[in-house]
Amino acid sequence: MSDKDIRIGVYICHCGENIAGAVNINEVAEFAKNLPDVAVVRDYLFMCSDPGQEIIKEDIRKGLVNRVVVAACTPRTHEPIFRRACEDAGLNKYYFEMANIRDQCSWAHWHEKEKATEKAKQLIAAAVAKARLLEPLEDRYVELNKNVMVVGGGIAGIFAALDLANAGFKVYMVEKNPSIGGNMAKLDKTFPTNDCSACILTPLMVEVANHPNVELITYAEVESVDGSVGNFKVKVRKKQTYVDWEKCTGCGACINACPPKARVPDEFNEGLSLRGAIYIQFPQAVPKKAVIDPDACIRCSGRWFGEEPRRTKDGKPILAPCEKACPTGACSRDEPRDPNGELIELNVGSIIVATGYKVMDKKQFKEFSDSPNVITALQMERLITATGPTEGKLIVPSDIPKYLEWKKKVEKGKEAELEARKPKVITFVSCVGSRDNRYHTYCSRVCCMYMLKQAMLLKEKYPELDIYMFFIDVRTPGKDFDEYYMRCRNLGIKIFKGKVGGVQKLPDERLLVKGYDADLGKPVELISDIVVLATAIEPNTDLKDLARKLGINVGAEGFLRERHTKLYPVDTMTEGIFIAGCAQGPKDIPDSVAQAKAAASSAASLLAPGKMKVEPLISEVNPEKCTGCGICVELCPYGAIEMVEYNGKRKSKINETLCKGCGVCAAACPSKAITLHGFTYEQVVAQIRTIAKKGVIEEV
Amino acid sequence: MIEGQEEGKMEEWEPNIIVIACNWCTYQAADLAGSLRYSYPPTVKIVRVPCSGRVEPEFIIEALINGADGVLIGGCHPGDCHYKNGNYKALKRFELLKSVIEEFGIEPERVRLEWISGSEGLKFAEVMKEFNDTIRKLGPNPLKWKEINSV
Repeated sequence: MSDKDIRIGVYICHCGENIAGAVNINEVAEFAKNLPDVAVVRDYLFMCSDPGQEIIKEDIRKGLVNRVVVAACTPRTHEPIFRRACEDAGLNKYYFEMANIRDQCSWAHWHEKEKATEKAKQLIAAAVAKARLLEPLEDRYVELNKNVMVVGGGIAGIFAALDLANAGFKVYMVEKNPSIGGNMAKLDKTFPTNDCSACILTPLMVEVANHPNVELITYAEVESVDGSVGNFKVKVRKKQTYVDWEKCTGCGACINACPPKARVPDEFNEGLSLRGAIYIQFPQAVPKKAVIDPDACIRCSGRWFGEEPRRTKDGKPILAPCEKACPTGACSRDEPRDPNGELIELNVGSIIVATGYKVMDKKQFKEFSDSPNVITALQMERLITATGPTEGKLIVPSDIPKYLEWKKKVEKGKEAELEARKPKVITFVSCVGSRDNRYHTYCSRVCCMYMLKQAMLLKEKYPELDIYMFFIDVRTPGKDFDEYYMRCRNLGIKIFKGKVGGVQKLPDERLLVKGYDADLGKPVELISDIVVLATAIEPNTDLKDLARKLGINVGAEGFLRERHTKLYPVDTMTEGIFIAGCAQGPKDIPDSVAQAKAAASSAASLLAPGKMKVEPLISEVNPEKCTGCGICVELCPYGAIEMVEYNGKRKSKINETLCKGCGVCAAACPSKAITLHGFTYEQVVAQIRTIAKKGVIEEV
Repeated sequence: MIEGQEEGKMEEWEPNIIVIACNWCTYQAADLAGSLRYSYPPTVKIVRVPCSGRVEPEFIIEALINGADGVLIGGCHPGDCHYKNGNYKALKRFELLKSVIEEFGIEPERVRLEWISGSEGLKFAEVMKEFNDTIRKLGPNPLKWKEINSV
């Protein structure tokens, strides 16, 4: 025994069968009894349950133990729970240590029970070795900034922002596109009620934009994030719009003036039509402002922003068509504009990431031919919606240019005949890129339902259409979803269970679909006018970069990883940062909204008190030992260390509000003058030695 | 000091491997490996630190002179460090340490640095299997703590 009065209680959790199924609890308990300074060893079915915690509390209250070691699951989820139990019973909560004998022992070594038992002993011994050296610590408090940044202005971001703004929090909504609305703005109708997407979304877009507590920062991206929970310092890059938004009224005069040469595929119509170099993202955009795409602009007037205009013979400046068309002077090229835009600095206490998704491009699927009549489901959505390139008139996509020409003529008052082909047969193909080892193993979750929806909308509007659908299987597990499926079937839509191997373009632009009918057990072929591919939902291209800037994790499939799938589904490993919507994984609108509201309430409950407890697991300099070399000052990633005068000598000092507790300074200090509380040199080395000696604790 | 378990015969010998894992990536990956039931050799035991940048060269030396046969430091991928750049600092120290332990007569393959992110449960299990195989081939750590102690 050491001189100090150390009485360690070791509490071994069975976790039902999860631990006890591989680790021999009795053997481990007997072993633990013989470890130095261990006063009590107990085991229980579920240590984290109320009766389990009570066992620990009772021992503390009776004075039997003054250090607690729990051998159970992972400290990442359960350390806070047990710390609180210690605190409740009157023990400093930093007199607690955990041995991870489930996630890192029993689960991983399920079929090697003896060895798992042996390993559990060693892990417990290491925890006891550390527990003997624990020190009492006091929590710190930090003031919390009550502003929140919501990244992404789709349906999830909008709901998160609205809930927080209504609760009185100031919200900055950062959206990379010129308008908020996200992918939902592109949809025609929404399942399972078939209400019009625009009708339910656009009022919310207006509401969030006009909310006194919301500041919209659109056409902007997060550049860097510093700080931590309660005090994040964010730099947002507002991209160059080349249009003065103060003056732009969204009238659209410039858009019509932009010449045909400067046209590029329209992102909002998923490439089914063209937009000008100057454009408004879509007619219902919020804010409804024009931007110039500098890559598409052909510099009509022969000059760029800030350059001297060319002049006519009589000396008048030659203006670009958009400039000329603009009634307010918002497109003026007189002033130079920084192509890098503007950097905005925000101070926020919490961040919600709701950056949504993109759908896989059909180009990757060579087997489905390069015909323009093979389209993605999102393109189909644009084709059937009244805000789409054909105003919702159903024609084959290859004839959209004909339609647009016809429309132009009609608008100019000319007589013209529309010669666009109307489809007679439409075929849907599910799981294109999803549930496929070559691309993504996950299910994109919404495809079955939106395909059924599109088929239903088409069939209801054009009953003469023949619609075929190929599914691996139909997955409709949401509220009212299966009823929706049955409704669809009753409309006479033909559903095949089976995959489509390929699509071949026929000379007359129609498509030969080669599929397999698993019910018949035979290949099937059919001729279709349009083939709709339900391409997989993917994380947005720059999500990984954003995650890196935020210090949050991305899973193998590229979506943001939640702290815990079940218990903390909208939290991340970085405190104060929450996630919602498809950035976390494919999901439908009801689930995105639910998650957004959960994220908003998590952020609100975090920030509402105005201050929060922070674990004091940070570094401290012992000025007596410090030689003033200053190595630590250079190494600290947070600039938290400075040299100060101490008894007439230069010593380093750590600013405890800036220190995050990484321990880089402690590791580098040549005179071991820096202690990282919670992971001190002595504590870590005691663990290492104990394991190196296979569970034998060295006397201290 | 008490001497650890006596060294058994070669056939019965099992490596003793210590993984010093950063809390944000490799420790998470180990948890994930467990929850997905990816098995790896039980010779692997983890010590948690906040960051790979917390790892002092002495930690590895302590592990080796006290009987560990292999030591692996696990951190976040470059650019992914929770503390901005602790993993780069770990890398620099590690390279220095590797050259030092060779002087001690220890095969440098006994120490290893790996970047394993929190979502790479499978990678964690695979790296552990592979490292265990490497150590098994190398045999027991030639550096006996007694010898060092007697110096």
